[in-house]
Amino acid sequence: MPTMSLTHFEATMLFALVISVVLGVTGRNTDRERLIYGLRCFGYFVATVFGLGWLMYLGHG
Amino acid sequence: MNAPFHVSYQHGTTYRRATAARLEEMSKAPKKKKEPMPPIRLWGHVVALAWIIPGGGHFLQKRNGRGAILAGAVTLTFLLGIFMRGTMFEPKTADLLTTIIHVGGFLGDAASGILYFLATWLGYDQIDLSGLSHDYGTKFLVAAGLMNVLAMVDAFEIAVGRKT
Repeated sequence: MPTMSLTHFEATMLFALVISVVLGVTGRNTDRERLIYGLRCFGYFVATVFGLGWLMYLGHG
Repeated sequence: MNAPFHVSYQHGTTYRRATAARLEEMSKAPKKKKEPMPPIRLWGHVVALAWIIPGGGHFLQKRNGRGAILAGAVTLTFLLGIFMRGTMFEPKTADLLTTIIHVGGFLGDAASGILYFLATWLGYDQIDLSGLSHDYGTKFLVAAGLMNVLAMVDAFEIAVGRKT
């Protein structure tokens, strides 16, 4: 069986991508709203990843 | 010494009167009716299919595009979890936290439907190891199930006419 080894960044981006797709598809009623909502969710995920990443980096001293 | 008490007492009385008036007004306002649960024959088979086959509830209701996207997303997440050698939870019970983690994790894994059953039947049994990939894999496996729960809820809402 093939195995994968991803970095933190790759894994979180993949995670954000698939979850944003599902939230977009299930969360709104029209295709346009779904696209916008999915992109917004992805943006929030990315911003959170970078924000928490910097917070941990700075907090680590 | 008396004045503050007097003021405070008066203020308290006014406040109580205002609150009582507001409560009375609220009790007279028409209450929002709770939406009744639709009969299970409308949505039971849809939700069951949506659980067993990710996206199946949407395919059954002719929402093929959305069904394909949901099936693809859930399957991709599950396969990524397997390729990263994530651990499947078993419903262990011990102290409260252990019970919540293991039973919740098991329900999350099992929510992937056929993907979970296939992996188990084919003998996938990864022991819990520490490490970045294993940890992410475990989370991906549970996330796949939780995404399928979202798909099931969406299929339910379409079946009962709350969504298009």
